[in-house]
Amino acid sequence: MESLEQIKHRIEGAVAGARVEIITNPGPAGQHSLLLDHAHALRVATFLREGSGLRLDYASNVTGVDWPETVLKEKRKVKQTIEGVEREIEETIERTRPGFLEVVYHLYSMELKQGPVVLRLRTGDRAASARVPSLTPVWRGAEFQEREIYDLYGVIFEGHPDLRRILMWEGFEDYPMRKDYAAPVENAAVSIA
Amino acid sequence: MSARDFQVIPRLGPEGEALDGEQLEISMGPQHPSTHGVFRMDLLLDGERVTRLKPVFGYLHRNHEKIGESTTYLGSMPYTDRLDYFCSLTNNWAYALTVEKLAGIQVPERAEYLRVITAELTRLQNHLSLAGFLLQDMGASGTPLMYAFREREKILDLFESLTGARMMCNYMRFGGCRCDLPAGWLEQARAVVGEFPRFLDEFQALLDENEILMSRTQGVGVLSAALAVNAGVTGPMLRASGVNYDIRKVDRYGIYDRFEFRVPLGDHGDVYDRYLVRVLEMRESLKILEPALRDLPAGPVLDPKTKLRGFRPKPGEAYGRIESPKGELGFFLISDGSPNPYRYRVRPPSFINLTILEDLCLGRQVADVVVILGSVDIVLGEVDR
Amino acid sequence: MMIPGQGILKGLAETARNFAGSYVGRRRLVTVPYPEERLAPKEAARNFPFLVYDGDDWEKGLRCVACQICEKECPPKCITIIKDTVRKPDHLGKLQFQPKRFDIDISVCMSCQICVEVCPFDAIKMDTEFELSATDRFEQLLFRKPQLAKPNHYFQRIHPVESAEVDARLGAEKAKAEAKAEVLPKAKP
Repeated sequence: MESLEQIKHRIEGAVAGARVEIITNPGPAGQHSLLLDHAHALRVATFLREGSGLRLDYASNVTGVDWPETVLKEKRKVKQTIEGVEREIEETIERTRPGFLEVVYHLYSMELKQGPVVLRLRTGDRAASARVPSLTPVWRGAEFQEREIYDLYGVIFEGHPDLRRILMWEGFEDYPMRKDYAAPVENAAVSIA
Repeated sequence: MSARDFQVIPRLGPEGEALDGEQLEISMGPQHPSTHGVFRMDLLLDGERVTRLKPVFGYLHRNHEKIGESTTYLGSMPYTDRLDYFCSLTNNWAYALTVEKLAGIQVPERAEYLRVITAELTRLQNHLSLAGFLLQDMGASGTPLMYAFREREKILDLFESLTGARMMCNYMRFGGCRCDLPAGWLEQARAVVGEFPRFLDEFQALLDENEILMSRTQGVGVLSAALAVNAGVTGPMLRASGVNYDIRKVDRYGIYDRFEFRVPLGDHGDVYDRYLVRVLEMRESLKILEPALRDLPAGPVLDPKTKLRGFRPKPGEAYGRIESPKGELGFFLISDGSPNPYRYRVRPPSFINLTILEDLCLGRQVADVVVILGSVDIVLGEVDR
Repeated sequence: MMIPGQGILKGLAETARNFAGSYVGRRRLVTVPYPEERLAPKEAARNFPFLVYDGDDWEKGLRCVACQICEKECPPKCITIIKDTVRKPDHLGKLQFQPKRFDIDISVCMSCQICVEVCPFDAIKMDTEFELSATDRFEQLLFRKPQLAKPNHYFQRIHPVESAEVDARLGAEKAKAEAKAEVLPKAKP
């Protein structure tokens, strides 16, 4: 199967205006992914399934991930003149990365027996802009899995044929898999002294 | 196809007057002997014909994925037993495979052989249970089920001698298997595998040409190959629709490329094909088990330097998958360098195979719904996690 | 020529064969009348954990040194340990801590055996007792230290192979410690 750079190049050539970014995955597994933008995601998905020759006809896994707002610390070496002597000191720069929710798609090809190609879609934030386009019209296998991500993470999939809760009951509020979910107190375990 | 295609047609009464009725809404489950667990289907019926079917589940949701985020990697291994509780050893293998991919751990050869042996024994006992329960749902009142379970008990006895428990085995570790074979296990396993073909001959003589089985299952719940691929259906259900995709052959994980076995495919994609594909897969599993039991090499089953406590894989993510008896079982793990995973996701085959349940049942009778659901082979532990 | 119903007749022949065969041999009669007759237990079978003690005095011989590793590694957190301030000598004569309280809630325990795998002192092992019905869901399903402590000869009876390996290893450690004590010069009176 072609490398991720080649796939990115071909996507950008075939779908005008698509912005694709490669996210590298540290660690021995080496499964890198492509980050797509919302406006062109559906056309890119259709291209991957039909036009690209990769024949990615099977969406195996759709995962939701919660990345809450974090403070990223970056160490940088800076040259500073102290008492006439130029020295290099290390300073720590703190940068707040805003929180977002992410949807990761693992795609395989049943026809050509190859894969995986990993796609990512990120929401704007974890509140009002937690929406991404749904890829269910392209791969029906994503239908239940996107419903589950809506149920447990609160990501709204635009264009999904039947977006409602799947594992939690109707009328349940809140999104259990988010990192800041607090279970109701009456569920806490009772310890016997 | 939508509910409008099966609209109530005014039928004529004895004097030629039009009779019409309403569609009946029935909730089938969650407590029902034939729904294979706490599974509910909201059916909208026109007489006996199904015009809409919405599956409702979540009754066994135990937030396994959230627990995975607050438990260590090793601590999640016993919880994976309880996903698809019939096939705990394949669940363990899928999880161990993913963690080994995430952390770059190698597995010794004897452990690979033991993994294949236990996985194929699991496949045998799962397909036996399925055949038994499918017939039970059709009203065979337990005879094929008990015949299947009689053989399954022998396999569960093997699991108990090896791992200590019949169903919740907790046997795989990151880098191999937990313990080695006890004395006499290999002979016992060879005896079970040696008797199995004769049992399968009897089982097939009992069922394959049974007219009741054939008339209730042939032509029922036909799934086309194109829809199966697009809907993410995997496992015997996909292969019964004629698509040749078996992850043991595609990914060749473990040491499956050393064994010669065929992949049975169905022609029609109906319930009978799904049943027969599973029976034939049992025969192919025996072709893997016999050479594996014969050629099992000596050696360690786990690297002695493996750390059980304080296991911290490097940050990164990995998706690992195996061919479990129900379909493609995958785990997606994101590590941030701490002892607990950052994100722990299970890709459940039964859950995704249910996507097309409505498509298969529309226009059929309620009795067929039971049979079709039985052929999808769901286990609620996996559907709901 | 296809006789209508021949598939069903073939199936009925199978059933008849199994029915008649169950009177003849054990192959087709696979059940035993429990509880009068029981199947032989397997060496590796496990149900809930118990604590091993050496010798006859369960308090003095308890192997557990309250290191709390099993408590930390237990996935559903069913073990509760409170360390005692009083120490006692172990089988090598060295002073070790002991648990003042060691509770296992068996309504939470899932018999995963991870506590046994991580214990560095061979103090906790898996029991095979399964006839544990109780009339109360809370107090009777919380096993405390006296109920959990069982002697080493019980461990040898239920798990002969595993206990032989443990005894050999602990015996070798003790022999090594004794040999070292002989070599070292005795303290001046």
